[in-house]
Amino acid sequence: MMTAFHALPRHDRHAGPGVLPRLLQAMDLDAHLAAYGPPPYGGRQLIGVAAVAGLTGRGGAGFPAARKLTAVAEAGRRAVVVGNGAESEPASRKDKQLLWTAPHLVLDGLQLAAEAVGTTRAYLYVHAHPGLPEQLGSALAARAAAGLDRARVQLVTAPPRFLAGEESAVVSRINGGPALPRFKIPPVFQRGVGGAPTLVQNVETLAHLAQIARYGASWFRAAGTPAEPGTMLATCWRADGTVEVVETAIGVPLGELLRLSELPPQAVLVGGYHGTWLTSVRAATLPLANAGLRPAGAAVGAGLIAALPHGRCGVAEAVRVVRYLAVESAGQCGPCLNGLPRIAAGLAELARPRPRPRLRADLERWAGLVERRGACHHPDGSVRFLRSTLAIFGTELTAHARGECSATSHRPFLPVPAGVPASQADWI
Amino acid sequence: MSGITASTALWYASRATGITSLVLLSAVVLLGIAVDRQGRLPGLPRFAVTGLHRNLSLIAVVFVAVHVVSAVADSYVSISLAAAVIPFVSSYEPFWLGLGAVSLDLMAAVIVTSLVRSRIPRRAWRAVHWLSYGLYPVAVVHSIGSSTDLQSGWLLAVTVSCVAAVAGAAVFRLRRSLTAVPRSGRVASALGETAGGQAAGGLAGGPAAGQGRP
Amino acid sequence: MSEQLRVNPTACTGHGLCAELLPERVILDEWGYPVISAEPVPASLRKAARRAVTDCPALALMLTDSRVSLKTAAAHAPGGHTDRRGRLNT
Repeated sequence: MMTAFHALPRHDRHAGPGVLPRLLQAMDLDAHLAAYGPPPYGGRQLIGVAAVAGLTGRGGAGFPAARKLTAVAEAGRRAVVVGNGAESEPASRKDKQLLWTAPHLVLDGLQLAAEAVGTTRAYLYVHAHPGLPEQLGSALAARAAAGLDRARVQLVTAPPRFLAGEESAVVSRINGGPALPRFKIPPVFQRGVGGAPTLVQNVETLAHLAQIARYGASWFRAAGTPAEPGTMLATCWRADGTVEVVETAIGVPLGELLRLSELPPQAVLVGGYHGTWLTSVRAATLPLANAGLRPAGAAVGAGLIAALPHGRCGVAEAVRVVRYLAVESAGQCGPCLNGLPRIAAGLAELARPRPRPRLRADLERWAGLVERRGACHHPDGSVRFLRSTLAIFGTELTAHARGECSATSHRPFLPVPAGVPASQADWI
Repeated sequence: MSGITASTALWYASRATGITSLVLLSAVVLLGIAVDRQGRLPGLPRFAVTGLHRNLSLIAVVFVAVHVVSAVADSYVSISLAAAVIPFVSSYEPFWLGLGAVSLDLMAAVIVTSLVRSRIPRRAWRAVHWLSYGLYPVAVVHSIGSSTDLQSGWLLAVTVSCVAAVAGAAVFRLRRSLTAVPRSGRVASALGETAGGQAAGGLAGGPAAGQGRP
Repeated sequence: MSEQLRVNPTACTGHGLCAELLPERVILDEWGYPVISAEPVPASLRKAARRAVTDCPALALMLTDSRVSLKTAAAHAPGGHTDRRGRLNT
């Protein structure tokens, strides 16, 4: 795996990074303090600045950060803030990269968010990648020694489950139980960790928040588009097999990020395993921004874009992914538990020669039965991925029905973890 | 003379309502297990099973109330009202009556929480409702210990039949609980069922993989 | 004040009483789980809806007022249920 980030010459500490990257610069605490100084504590007014800046969540849902902060700040009881670094998409690398490279931006943001909602209770929730919890523990210890932090931060590890990063699953895990989503009444911002109003914010969002606190809303808006301001981290899987985490302004063409003209793929996946396939031609015309992607049925999500090379089988990739999505169901809600395994088996059957005639109708019926009937959006996202697979790989599916496949390589392209979680211990 | 006749009437009333309460309680527990297992009574909609379970339990409350009041009111033996609700303080047969008080208290908890069940947390209601499995044996032992009538003859037969039925159903219920696929294994189990091209609507039955939550 | 019938899908085990008590708002899918209309519950159906909430053996139902929370507004766009009812009839 190749990851790259752009080295920067020294910049003006007060005016803010005028060019990229804003986030992805490797810094230990000394370098961080030299470049940015301590967290600019300023209380609740940060929420207003974040609102003007138009900062939206970088964890996938894209929800306005200021609205979440306000909801938790106004909940009337002592709140809890959580930095969510559990990037559960197997193909996404950006949160991990950020936490390794610039943890202090994230930790600054966590402190500032805690202050803004009026609490001193904070958590950082991450997958137990080798060395990462230790690295973060050292970063926290260094900050404590320097007296930088006002809120106490507890590190909590997430299990290697696809749903582990879901907001209510995060809360459930921090509460000491399994990382399982729960029904959202009452919502997490009202009752979360220990029953307290809880802010769950993606780590990249917190990093942006820290810089907005330092350099202001206009600075943040100097990149990106008016409707979708700022920069974002994107995990780019290119057709030549390279994977790169890139910090980019929102609105940059997909073609530029994935080098589509020099490395033309057969299709492009936008938004990860709950996302949408686009044809290569369409993708080349679109930017990494919701304004351009929504008409194509896609969304920026957590910035995961993948170009499927020619010579691979998109149908086989999709079958693996959909089976993974079924395997990773929490198994709590009847429709999801019944529907996703049937959908996974159905798609696998559809990929084999001479599928039975009613299979397509069954798949569509199950998809309709599963949407919006779970406690979380796992079934919804899985159905979105399924439907776009059926739409984009129609030609390939027809060939498969005849027993043909145009792929030259059957090596898996998209990463799909093996194994089926079988006991409660797999969710802790 | 009339005092003794009245007392005898009260004593008979207490014993009669006692055995009736036991039969009703048995039916209530059986129906409760039926509800949990999503069983149906022939020809009746599902809400009738829950409805019957609730209505019979409320009727049982009435019979238990009469049973207790008549026993307290009866002057032949001295049973205070306090002894009916506080276990083991009775001067007459403290142990057997004490068990009656225990089952009365448990029953009160189950009934009261069920009357307000949509207003209390789901888990709290469930936890108290599980006490029914304790309430029933205590009520049975109280009945047999307190009344020599139940220890022979047709009343014993009635008691034994009720207990056998409830015990059988409870074992069935408990085994389902122990052998039910835990939540964490349900997905693996569902995938096993749908593997190998069985994805069609030909999968047997309705709610296949999603059932059986304890 | 209009009310909406909601189900907690993690609590629901598919008993199906709700569909019997309130067929105007609830039907069962092919696996026995309730498909609940997003339409509000009018006064004429309120009693039946309350009964469904109280009688549900799993205590999985609730009647909420139609004010939605911060995030559920998008997830419960009207019209979704009509599609599901239509498909289920085929």
